[in-house]
Amino acid sequence: MFRIILFALCCLVHTNIASAQGTFQDLVQYHAPNIIKGSVKTAPPVITDIQNFGGPVATDFLLAWQSKELWFRKSDDRLITVTTTDKKTYTLLDLQTGDAIGSATKSEIKQIKPNSGLRGMLGTSLVASQLISDDINTRTASLRSLARDPKLTHLAPLRVAVAKETDPDLLVKMTRLERLLTTQYDTNSYERVKAINSFSNDLGLDVRGRLNPILDTQIQLSKTAPDHGKFAQIITPNANGEFTPTDAYAMIVAQGWAEPDITTDEKRQAIINNIENGSVAGIDIKTLDTAQSRDAAYAALAKLGTVPTDVSDADIQAAINTTHFYTTYLEKDPAVVAATIETLDSINTRVGISNTIDLFLDGLSLASIFFLAAIGLAITFGVMGVINMAHGEFIMMGAYTGYLVQQIITNYTLSIIIAIPAAFMVTFAAGVLMERLIIRHLYHRPLETLLATFGVSIALQQLAKNIFGTQARPLTSPDWLGGAWQINDVISISWIRVAIFVLSILFFLMLWFTLNKTRLGLETRAVTQNPRMAASMGINPAKINMLTFGLGSGIAGIAGVAIGLFAKVTSELGSDYIVQSFMTVVVGGVGNIWGTLAGAAMIGFLQKGIEWFNPSNTLAAQTFMIVFIIIFIQFRPRGIIALRGRAAGD
Amino acid sequence: MSGAILEVDAISVSFDGFKAINKLSFNIDSGELRAIIGPNGAGKTTFMDIITGKTRPDSGDVLWGDKNISLIKKSESDIANMGVCRKFQKPTVFEDQSVNDNLTMALKNNRGPLSVLFYRPNQADQEKVDNIATDIGLSDQLDRRAGDLSHGQKQWLEIGMLLAQDPQLLLVDEPAAGMTLDERNQTVALLQRAAKTRAVVVVEHDMEFIRNLDCKVTVLHEGSVLAEGTLDHVTKNQTVIDVYLGR
Amino acid sequence: MNGPLIKFLKQHPSVLIFLTILSMFTVLISIGSEAFGYGFVSTSLVKTLGKTLCFCLIALAMDLVWGYCGILSLGHFAFFGLGGYMIGMWLMYERTRLIVMESAQNAQLPMTTQEIQDAIGTQIFGVVGGSEFPVIWAFSHLFWVQLLLVILVPGLLALIFGWLAFRSRVTGVYLSILTQAMTLALALYLFQNDSGLRGNNGLSGLQNLPGLEGTAQSVISMWFFWGSAFALGMGYLLVKLLTESKIGNVIRGIRDDEQRVRFLGYNVEVYKLFIFTITAIIAAIGGALYYPQAGIINPAEIAPIASIYLAVWVAIGGRGRLYGAVIGAAVVSLLSSWFTGGQAPNIPLGFATLNWVDWWLVLLGLSFVIVTLYAPKGIGGLFDKLTKGGTS
Repeated sequence: MFRIILFALCCLVHTNIASAQGTFQDLVQYHAPNIIKGSVKTAPPVITDIQNFGGPVATDFLLAWQSKELWFRKSDDRLITVTTTDKKTYTLLDLQTGDAIGSATKSEIKQIKPNSGLRGMLGTSLVASQLISDDINTRTASLRSLARDPKLTHLAPLRVAVAKETDPDLLVKMTRLERLLTTQYDTNSYERVKAINSFSNDLGLDVRGRLNPILDTQIQLSKTAPDHGKFAQIITPNANGEFTPTDAYAMIVAQGWAEPDITTDEKRQAIINNIENGSVAGIDIKTLDTAQSRDAAYAALAKLGTVPTDVSDADIQAAINTTHFYTTYLEKDPAVVAATIETLDSINTRVGISNTIDLFLDGLSLASIFFLAAIGLAITFGVMGVINMAHGEFIMMGAYTGYLVQQIITNYTLSIIIAIPAAFMVTFAAGVLMERLIIRHLYHRPLETLLATFGVSIALQQLAKNIFGTQARPLTSPDWLGGAWQINDVISISWIRVAIFVLSILFFLMLWFTLNKTRLGLETRAVTQNPRMAASMGINPAKINMLTFGLGSGIAGIAGVAIGLFAKVTSELGSDYIVQSFMTVVVGGVGNIWGTLAGAAMIGFLQKGIEWFNPSNTLAAQTFMIVFIIIFIQFRPRGIIALRGRAAGD
Repeated sequence: MSGAILEVDAISVSFDGFKAINKLSFNIDSGELRAIIGPNGAGKTTFMDIITGKTRPDSGDVLWGDKNISLIKKSESDIANMGVCRKFQKPTVFEDQSVNDNLTMALKNNRGPLSVLFYRPNQADQEKVDNIATDIGLSDQLDRRAGDLSHGQKQWLEIGMLLAQDPQLLLVDEPAAGMTLDERNQTVALLQRAAKTRAVVVVEHDMEFIRNLDCKVTVLHEGSVLAEGTLDHVTKNQTVIDVYLGR
Repeated sequence: MNGPLIKFLKQHPSVLIFLTILSMFTVLISIGSEAFGYGFVSTSLVKTLGKTLCFCLIALAMDLVWGYCGILSLGHFAFFGLGGYMIGMWLMYERTRLIVMESAQNAQLPMTTQEIQDAIGTQIFGVVGGSEFPVIWAFSHLFWVQLLLVILVPGLLALIFGWLAFRSRVTGVYLSILTQAMTLALALYLFQNDSGLRGNNGLSGLQNLPGLEGTAQSVISMWFFWGSAFALGMGYLLVKLLTESKIGNVIRGIRDDEQRVRFLGYNVEVYKLFIFTITAIIAAIGGALYYPQAGIINPAEIAPIASIYLAVWVAIGGRGRLYGAVIGAAVVSLLSSWFTGGQAPNIPLGFATLNWVDWWLVLLGLSFVIVTLYAPKGIGGLFDKLTKGGTS
């Protein structure tokens, strides 16, 4: 008994002492009445005491309280948690040890159900205690959940936590959140300005999300011109703008400064309501088929006193003209507003730069996709001069090969590694077959090659549809290619695209090497330039043509695997790329892979650039890009990197 | 002969660093028959390409006619309509069409699409065609498909098509290639007849043919004029012997 | 009939034969039609045949531009589609206006011009979330202007595109790819919802002629059938006149040796442009007749693949021969609709069933390869061989 009195005494003097001296059970039993009938008013000192007691037991208790898992025994108000084996008998557990201290029936105990306001308060306090938890994982998790929806109430516990935090990484994050909350909730203008200024280098969306509302304005109106410095901006109603004359007049009417305008619809309704024997105010309704005649009819009705008089357009305009409209910041503190404007300017500049870099990366990524799709063509069309309209279908075959490999080998990494050579082999074989059966007979008849390969393209596409159906097949990338490379809050690029970029660079180097430094390349060029001469030098043109065409087709297959990783694999996959691929080769300049690189870069960046002007509309971007290419060819008919001279002619 | 009809003034052109024509200058008088010879790669064909507008020179000028009109910026068809006509190395006639149609198409007439669209065959034109056909020795072949003609006949037909355009300057690239001796002699006579009323420039490899043409010869080498004069004169020139005759 | 035309027909009896066959066919279908005859030709068959005639017309255009002038255009279906869109705009506007006016009869107040316009706009553009009329619909209420636009819009597009392409001396496969790009650009543009032409919904209900709700489809389909047959006949005559005149010689010259024609003093670009534009207009007229019979036009019709099929028809029929193009278009398009329409009986092969709907395109693609390889002159070429007794 003495202890309890002493305990109570201590509480009165200083609550900290109390918690330090008693057990946890003692502490909560002391507060039991306020816990059992907890309210927002009575709870704060209780929570503070419990928090000051500290340790996992305090956290667990608050958690139990918040989640309605706290009970008490009616006989002595002892606070407990319970478990139940059946619905009738409850085992009572000690708060501190979790040991069973007895059992009771449902009628002997009662659940404590705090209301939602109190639960919110408990939540905040839990955050506070979690933020200063000894376990770094708890602190990290708690901070993360806090960052999702930070509130005014979190500011104080955050500051406490910042002061105590020892982990440098976590401290940085905590401080950032604390600064962020300070910008909005601190009562001290100087502190807020300081916090706002601290974000001028921060690209986080949450920062802009916090700062932008500070600059929210509302439209005000007055009969006299507002004093300088009292407003954010003077605005004039504009029929095509955000603030229309109709809005402006509605505000004037709301102020009671003018009579409401009667809308066209209201007039129409009023006229209809007043039709008597086919006429309105003596006017035959058959004549009421123009806006003017209806206005006249309404005016006649108004004269009779049946309807309120309409306000004339001139009056509306006059009312608007004599009223001053301006916006004011919702934020009252001009220093904060100024700091916010400055900081947002700085942030937006940086965001702009980052966006430009991001756009560049997007363009680069698109360019590498185009390059990959077109590189096979650069060989068959560019080097050999054979136009292969089934090139797109070879890409598709490559993608389906990847899909089939994944059906057999479920490990995604391994399956991709196997799919690449498999796709190469499949399309290489298809290419060689096509060269042998069709193209061989049509050399020097490019238009007929185009037609025959169309035929192959149509057949292959339908064949794929028959075999795989029309629905898209997934080609799943391994986990290490999932996700994106987050460079900052604005710039990110998915790993697949990085991989495709790397792949295109590899292809480029490989092909450049093959064509310029190997025997095959030399022979290919020899056969292309002068087959007869090449033949007389012991080169077998038929074999070289076959191999070169196979190589070009095989590369299309690999491109198919890569493209299949981010695009849906359907039978139409190839036809989506074929026109762009040819454009890439033609724009770049036929006959060398540098041209293809240049063409892909131009088309990729161009398309992204155009999309940037109108991000919602990629279709329009593609349209404009093609139009641009048609015009571009006017100026460089032989492409960006053109071979000149008689050899390149005709 | 009344002065230069074509004045080539210091033209140069290079392809990928290779100078095909290097500050080439020379004149052709109206009504002159001229032969141009030179080893392979001397720039003979490129020179014709430049005059006829197929290739644009990097520098220099080509002046045409009494009014000294520059041909450099003109299109092929404009140049052809101004009276410069060209026969290609390989005979190019419209093989799917009759000899008559080939000649009719070449006949000097309004080239605008509308006047061509409403063109009606008439007696005067047919007479012109008949005359040319007689001149080139194909008067009995008028209804044959041009593709069915012999190689030599195709060459003549092409020359006939040039004559039909009534040009002031005829550029003839290797007219005697693939012809029999007899055909060559007829070609020489044909070109000599043609040169009576207009300037004719013949590019040819065959020395015997040139000798028969009996005209002034220009030797091209590495894109410039090496020597000029009668065939006997140039063949005695030591540099010509060195570079052209391959020693 | 004037003198020169009769002389021309005497010189080219094939025109007369073609026109006779076409007229006999038209009469036969009319006699068999549900509207004017015994009814053994169903209305849907009349429509299919009428559409086929339009395909024959565009095939003629394709043959002129490709078979005679050597330009393998992969864009003529774009002009066909544009022609359809132009007439479709009037059909859709006018019909919607009549519907709006009819419902206005029951309204309490007569509608103002603005209200009518808004109501039509909402009806037409509601599907793409709009109600305002785009600028390009400015003349949609004027039948004659819109009819003129059928010719002007595709003609102008062909003129501008052709001028750009030919001027820069783009030839051969490059030109084909460029025309394909043009088609793709147009199709992609039309696929947008804010294209002003209802995005991928396209224009629909075109088979209902405004003001003729009381007239049965069987009758309307016959009118269009006659119109298509007439257009095909006139088109054949016109194209034949062109190809047999001196301009025909010039364009064949361009096909065989562009350089030579140029050095003969002909401005090759102007001729190509002329042929390209005129064929675009023929194609557009075909489209303007086709889509009211089809009832609906959407951007998918313009997709590059359609123009490829056009090349397939003409190649199989035999290019450079007008009747070949007509036969090719008629045979292949009818076979296509027969096979893909599910009417062709499936063939059991024991281990599997040959389902024509699935396998027809494979067969078409392969037969196209075979024709290109072994019969480059197509069906028409086989005809020639037969008539000339084997001399090629």
